[in-house]
Amino acid sequence: MPEKAATNSTDTALHVPFWRDPTKRGIVFQVFALLLVGGVGYYLFSNTQANLARQNIATGFNFLGKEAAFEIGESLIPYSAADTYAKALLVGALNTIKVAFIGIIITTILGTIIGIARLSKNWLVSKLSGGFIELMQNIPVLLQLFFWYALFYEAFPSPRQALHPMPGVFLCNRGLVLTVPEAHPAHAAMFWALLIALGLGWGIARWARKRQERTGQLFPAIRVGLALCLLLPALVWLGYGAPSALDVPVLSGFNFKGGLTLSPEFAALLLGLILYTSAFVAEIVRAGIQSVSHGQVEAAMAIGLRPGSVLRLVILPQATRVIIPPLTSQMLNLTKNSSLAVAIGFPDFVAVTNTTINQTGQAIEGVALIMAVYLIFSLSTSAFMNWYNKKMALVER
Amino acid sequence: MEIRKVLALAVVFSLFAVGFAYAGKDLDAVREKGFIQAGVNGGVFGFGMPDEKGVWRGLDVDTARAIAAAVFGDADKVKYTPLTAQQRFTALQSGEIDVLTRNATRTLSRETSLGLNFVQVNYYDGQGFLVPKKLGVKSAKELSGATVCVLPGTTTEQNAADFFRKNKMEWKPVVIESTTELAKTFFAGRCDVLTSDASQLAGTRAVSPNPKDYIILPEIISKEPLAPCVRHGDDQWRDIVDFSVLAMIEAEELGITSKNVDEMLKSTDPAIQRFLGVTEGNGKALGLDEKWAYNIVKQVGNYGEVFERNVGVNTTLGLERGLNALWTNGGLMYSPPFK
Repeated sequence: MPEKAATNSTDTALHVPFWRDPTKRGIVFQVFALLLVGGVGYYLFSNTQANLARQNIATGFNFLGKEAAFEIGESLIPYSAADTYAKALLVGALNTIKVAFIGIIITTILGTIIGIARLSKNWLVSKLSGGFIELMQNIPVLLQLFFWYALFYEAFPSPRQALHPMPGVFLCNRGLVLTVPEAHPAHAAMFWALLIALGLGWGIARWARKRQERTGQLFPAIRVGLALCLLLPALVWLGYGAPSALDVPVLSGFNFKGGLTLSPEFAALLLGLILYTSAFVAEIVRAGIQSVSHGQVEAAMAIGLRPGSVLRLVILPQATRVIIPPLTSQMLNLTKNSSLAVAIGFPDFVAVTNTTINQTGQAIEGVALIMAVYLIFSLSTSAFMNWYNKKMALVER
Repeated sequence: MEIRKVLALAVVFSLFAVGFAYAGKDLDAVREKGFIQAGVNGGVFGFGMPDEKGVWRGLDVDTARAIAAAVFGDADKVKYTPLTAQQRFTALQSGEIDVLTRNATRTLSRETSLGLNFVQVNYYDGQGFLVPKKLGVKSAKELSGATVCVLPGTTTEQNAADFFRKNKMEWKPVVIESTTELAKTFFAGRCDVLTSDASQLAGTRAVSPNPKDYIILPEIISKEPLAPCVRHGDDQWRDIVDFSVLAMIEAEELGITSKNVDEMLKSTDPAIQRFLGVTEGNGKALGLDEKWAYNIVKQVGNYGEVFERNVGVNTTLGLERGLNALWTNGGLMYSPPFK
C-alpha cells in the first residue's frame, strides 16, 4: 500500500505543472529574486557611473599609484609624503591591525579575569568587577575615548617638563617615551630563536599529554616551555657577544629624539577600546561559566581537585565552547570601533582614507575600500575563531 | 509575502537611485522649496558660526544671505548645514546643499575632478602657523621636529607636508576631524603648532582661553582663495551666486552702503542706476527681480560692511583688509562692470 502511494505521487508529479510544484516554484522565485537584486545593483552602479561621468567627477582606482603628498603621524613601516596613496592606505591598515590585534589579546585576558572575579566569593572583588562592568558597558565608547585622550593631553606636562618616574622612561603630553635596545642583527636572530622555542614547547606539551594519557605520569611542560622561551633567545644574545647598547631618548628642540614613543592617541584608543570591550567579554565569560552545571563542580571537588584546578580543568574547557561565538562578535566590535580613531587623531585606516578621499575627491572608491578592508578583517577574524571553535568542540569523547 | 517584500525593497532602492541621479535645474529646485540650503563651517568664528543666541553669523553666512536676498528678496530665506571639511564637497555633489559658502579654497583639481564651479572669491587667505609665545619661535623655518595639529581633508594637510618637505624638516602631524576638538587639543599643549588658514587661526586664537599667549608666525605658506561654489550642471544658478558676491564688491566701489542705498536710488550716475535696477536689464539677464542688487545691499550690506562687521579691525578677530581691500585701495577685490 505505501509503495503504491509512492508510485502514485511520482506519477502525478509528472503531470503537475511546475507552478504547482513547491520545489520548482521555489527555484523560480529564487532566480527571480536574484535577478531583481542583481538588476537593482546594476542599475545603481550604472546610474552612479553615468552621473559621475556627466559631472566630470573622476572615477576608478588610478589614484592609488599617485603621490599621496600628506604626512602620517605614526607608522609601522617607513613612510613619507613622497610615497603613493596605496602605501599611505597600507600604513593606515597596519595601524588598524596594530590596535585591533593588541586590543583583542589584552581584552580577552582582562575580560576573562574580570568575568571570573565577578563570580568570586570575595564580596569586594565581585562588587568591584561588577561595578567596573556596569560603568564601562553603559558609557558610549566615543565618550570614553575623548575622556582618556583628554586625560593624556591635559594631565601630563609638556616634553620640557616631562615626568621622569625611572631612568630611561619619560611621560609627557607627547606620549610615553621609553628607552629601547639599539637596533642590532642579534634581535632578528633572537626572534627566530623564540619561534623555535615556542615550537619546541608545543611539541613537549603534546608529548607530555600523550605520556600522561598512557602512563598517568605528570610532566611540568609549561615550566619547561617557559624556560626554553627564555633560555634560547638568551643563548643567541650571548652568542652575538651580548650587545647591550641602548637607544636612550634625548630631549632636543621640541620633542624627544630616539627611543620608542607610545603616542597619546594610540594609548587613548587602545585603553578606551580595551576597557569598553572587556566589560562585555567579562559578562560573556561569566555567563559561560554559569552555564556549566553545578554538578560538574561538585564532582570535581569530590575527587579532590583544588579550586584553581577545578576552574582550569573542568569549568573553563566546558565554558569555552559557550564563550567563543559571542566572544568572536566582541572581537569584531573592537576592530570596527577602532575606526572611532578619527575623533582623537590616531591615523587608522579610516582616517587615512578620509584624507585620501578629500584630496582625490573619489569618495565612492574610498568608501568601497573601507568596506572591503573591514570585511577582510572581520571575515579573517571569524574564520580563525570558527576554526578554534570547531577544535574546541571536537574535544568531546 | 516574500516577493512583496522584495518588490517593496526594489521600489525603495530605485527611489534612492533616482534621488542620486538628481542634478537638474538647481535654481528651479531652490525656487520651489523657497529657501537656500547653504553649507557652512559651523565652527570658525567670524566666518560661519552661530552666536550665543543661535543666530548664524560670519562672512560666509552673509554671503549666503546675499544670495537669498538676490533670489527671494529676503536675506533670511537661508537654512544652514554645518559641514566638516570632509563632508562639504560630497554634500554639494549629492544635492544635499545648494551652495557651499564654507571657506573652501579654489583649486584646479576641485574644479575639475570634483565637478564643482567656484565663483568670485569672498576672502583671499593663506596658510599660517599659530604657536605659543613661550616656545620662543620666531619663524616657521625653526619648526623642525615639531608636532603639528592639522585639520584633515583640507588643502592645509598637503600644504604643511609640502612646506616641511621643501625645507627638509621633520615633523609629526596630529590629525583630528573636528575643528573645535583640534583647537582644544592644541591649547592643552598636545601640539607645538596649529596650522590652518591665517584667518581661521585668528578666529581660533580669538576664542582661546588666553589669546595673548599665542602668535601667528610671519610665514604664509600658501595661496588660499576662498570662494563659494556650486556643482556643475546649472549655469544660471552659478551666475546668480557669482554676481551676488560681485554685487557686494561693486556696491562698495560705487560707494553704496546699506544706510545710503535708498538715497542712491535717486542718483543720476548711470552705473549706480543700472546697479540698483533703476535702469532695468541686469535683473532680467540673470533671471531675477530688478531689485536684486538693491536687496543685497539693503539687507546684507556691501563687501566692506560685511568684512568690518564679521572679521574687521573692530571685531575680536581684528583682521586688516590687506589683500581683501578693493583694487582701488591696493587689494584684489575687483568686480567686472554691471552692464
